[in-house]
Amino acid sequence: MEIKKPNRLFRWIREILDTFRQGNWAVKTSFFVFGVGNLYYGQIARGLLFLLFQIVFLVYMFLPSGGLYWLGKTKFFQTGATVGDVQGHEAFHPVYDTAYWVPGDDSVKVLLYGLLTLLFILAFFWTWRQQIKQCRLCMDITARGKGLPTAGDDLRGLADRDFHKTLLALPVLGILFFTVLPIIYMILIAFTSYDANHDGYANLFTWVGFDHFNALLDFGTGGLGLAFGEVLSWTLMWAFFATFTNYFLGILVAVLINKRGIRLKKFWRTILVLTIAIPQFVSLLYVSRLLDATGFLGKLLLKWNLIPKAMLAANQLSLWSNPIAARITLILVNIWVGIPYIMLIATGILMNIPKDLYEAARIDGANSFQQYVRITMPYMLFVTGPYLLTSFVGNLNNFNVIYLLTGGNPLNTQVGVAGGVSVGSTDLLITWLYRMTLGSAESKYYLASLIGILVFLVVAILSLIVYNMIPSTRSEEDFRG
Amino acid sequence: MSKKSLTNALIYLLLAAMAVIWLFPFVGIVLESFRVETRAQVGYLFPKEWGLDNYRHLFQNTDFPRWFLNTGFMGVAVAVLQTVFILSMSYALSRLRFRGRRLLMNSMLILGMFPGFLTLLLIYKVFVDLGLTMENAPIGLVLVYVASSGMGYYVAKGFLDTIPKTLDEAARVDGATRAQVFYKIILPLSSPIIIYTILMGFMAPWGDFMLASYLIHENSAGMNVAVGMYEWVSKTNLNHMYTIFCAAGVVVALPVITLFLSLQRYYVEGVTGGAVKG
Repeated sequence: MEIKKPNRLFRWIREILDTFRQGNWAVKTSFFVFGVGNLYYGQIARGLLFLLFQIVFLVYMFLPSGGLYWLGKTKFFQTGATVGDVQGHEAFHPVYDTAYWVPGDDSVKVLLYGLLTLLFILAFFWTWRQQIKQCRLCMDITARGKGLPTAGDDLRGLADRDFHKTLLALPVLGILFFTVLPIIYMILIAFTSYDANHDGYANLFTWVGFDHFNALLDFGTGGLGLAFGEVLSWTLMWAFFATFTNYFLGILVAVLINKRGIRLKKFWRTILVLTIAIPQFVSLLYVSRLLDATGFLGKLLLKWNLIPKAMLAANQLSLWSNPIAARITLILVNIWVGIPYIMLIATGILMNIPKDLYEAARIDGANSFQQYVRITMPYMLFVTGPYLLTSFVGNLNNFNVIYLLTGGNPLNTQVGVAGGVSVGSTDLLITWLYRMTLGSAESKYYLASLIGILVFLVVAILSLIVYNMIPSTRSEEDFRG
Repeated sequence: MSKKSLTNALIYLLLAAMAVIWLFPFVGIVLESFRVETRAQVGYLFPKEWGLDNYRHLFQNTDFPRWFLNTGFMGVAVAVLQTVFILSMSYALSRLRFRGRRLLMNSMLILGMFPGFLTLLLIYKVFVDLGLTMENAPIGLVLVYVASSGMGYYVAKGFLDTIPKTLDEAARVDGATRAQVFYKIILPLSSPIIIYTILMGFMAPWGDFMLASYLIHENSAGMNVAVGMYEWVSKTNLNHMYTIFCAAGVVVALPVITLFLSLQRYYVEGVTGGAVKG
C-alpha cells in the first residue's frame, strides 16, 4: 500500500505532463480552456459540457456576491474571526416609531456557502483532470486509427457499459447532499462557537480552533470530560448488556420453541413477533407510563398497600426516578423489545445446523444444556458474528428505547450540568446529543458536533477491533461460490 | 419418558408466562382505550364503563386524522422511492464491476458510523429556507428518509449476491444490455427482497420520532403520528389525554400489524439474510 500511493500520484503527474508535451495546439489549449481538445476531435457534446462547466465556475467565482465573496466572509479556521462580517442589530425606525431588526450576515448560511464554494473548487480541479484524461484518450484512439465514441454511443452506453452510472446517479447524489455535505458541515461546527446564544443570525458565531476539544479534557466537577466519560460509560454498558442479553435469551427462546414435541410453534412465534409489528413509539411510551409511579404499576402497588403513600407522593418509588432502578428497568424492557428479532433470525439459522452434530453429542451422553452451550451457541456465534457487531452499534445509538422510556432522566446528580447542558443518568450519547440540539436555550450545537465526531471514533474503533476478531470476516467474492 | 414430558411441561409454562408478558401491554392498551370513566391513568386494566368515547374524541376533536394521513402519505412515498434507490444501489454493487466500487462501499460504511441525525443540523436550516418544514414537513421528511437510503443496501445486496451470475452471463451472450439484464432477469427474481424493502420503507415513517420531531416543532398540521402523540403523554397532558393516546395507539397499530403479519414471511427472509451476511 505504502509504495503504491506515491507511485500512482507520480504516474498521474507524468501522464498529465506527457499529454501536454505530445498534444497538439487544441490539447494544449485544453489545459486552460476546458473542452477544446474534445471539440477538436469532434466530440462536440462533451467539449461543450466541459466548456460550459468552466464558464459557470468562473462566473460564479468572480461574481460580486459569488465564490470569492463567500470565501472571504467565511474565513475558514481563522481562530477568533467571526463567520460573516456584518452583525445584525436592532435599530429605531424614526417614522414608524418602533424598534426593528436590521439583518446582517447569517453565519449558518455564510458557512454553508463557503463550504459549497470549497467543494465547487475541488470539483473544478477534478473536472480539469477528467477532461485532460479525455484528451489523452482521444489522442491514443486516433493514433491507433480507430473512431471515437460519439455522443450517441455515450447515451447508449448508459444502458449497458455505463449502466452503473445510471443506477448510482440518484442514490449517490442523495448521499452527497444529505449525508456527506451535512457531515462535513457538522465537523466544521465543532471548531466554532455555534450555540443558542450565537445562533449566527442574532449573534454571529466565531472560529474557536481546538477550544472545545480542550474543554473535553476537563475532568473536574461540571467539566465536560467528566460528563462525557459518564455518558460514554453508560452507553457502552448499555450496548453490552442490551446486545448480549437479547442475543443469548433470544436464541434460547428460539431453541425452546423449536424443540421437538413443542406444539403451537407458530402461535408462540406470532405473539413475540407482534412486538416488532407495533410502532415502537406506541408500545414504548405506553410501557413507560405503565411502569411509572403515577401509572398502572404504581397505583396497583398502592392499592395492595405494598408501598406507603408518602413515598409515592415524594416520587421516590418510581422506577424511573432512581438511576440504578431506571437502568435495570431499561435493560429488562429492552429484552422485551429485542428477543423477538433474535428469535426470528435464530429460528432460520437453527434449521441449518447439521442434525448429525446433535446425534453424535447425544450418543456421547451430552444433555440438552451441554448441546446448547457446545453446539448451538458456537454455531450461531460463527454465523451471526457480523450481526452481533451491527446490533452492538445499533444499541450504542438506540435512541428510541431510551428516549421514549426515560427521556434520559433522571438527572445525573454526580455531574449535574456540564458545559451548560444537563446530563441524565440514562442518557446515551445519542439522546444527549439530541437534547442539546433541540433549539432550546440549552442548545450547544458545537458540543453536539464534537460529540458526534467522538461517537464516530468510538464506533469506528470498535468496528475495527471486532472485525479483526470475527472468524467469519468474509471476502465478498467467497460466498458467491 | 416422564422426564421428557416434565421438561416439556416446564417449557410450556415458560412460553405461557412469556406470552402473558409480551401481550400484556397490547391487551392493556386496547382495554384502556375503551375506558370511559376517566381519561387519566388508573390502577386497573378493565374499564368500569366501556365505550367508544375516546375514539370519537380522537377523530372529532383532535388533529389525529391529519397526522394519520401525513404518516400514510410518507409511508407510501418512502416505500416507493426508497425501493428504487436501494434496488439501484444494491444491483450496481452486487452485479456490476466498475472503478470506484470499493471506494463507494467503504465510504458508505464509514459515513454510516456518524450519528445520522446530526446531518439535520444543516438540513433543518436549509429546509426552513426552502419551506419544507412546518405544514410541508411531510415532504421534507420524505426527502430526508429517501435521499440517503442508498446506504441501506446491505440486505438487498446480500440477496442479489445469491442469484447465480451464470444467468446474467447467459443473457449477455444472447445480446441483452446490462439494463435489460436488470429489468428482465434480476427484477423478476427479486420479488421477496422488493416486498421486504417496500415493507420496511412503509413502516419507517410510522415509527420515526427522532427525525420527524426535528423538522416539526409546533405546527400540528405537518406532524406524523409519533410526534403528535408524544405530546399527549407529556406531564401536562397525561391526565386528560392518556386514554386518547391508547385509542390512537390502537388505530395506528392496526394497519401496520395487519400489513406486517401478512408479509411476515418476507420480513423473516430479509432479517435472516441480513443477519447472516452482515
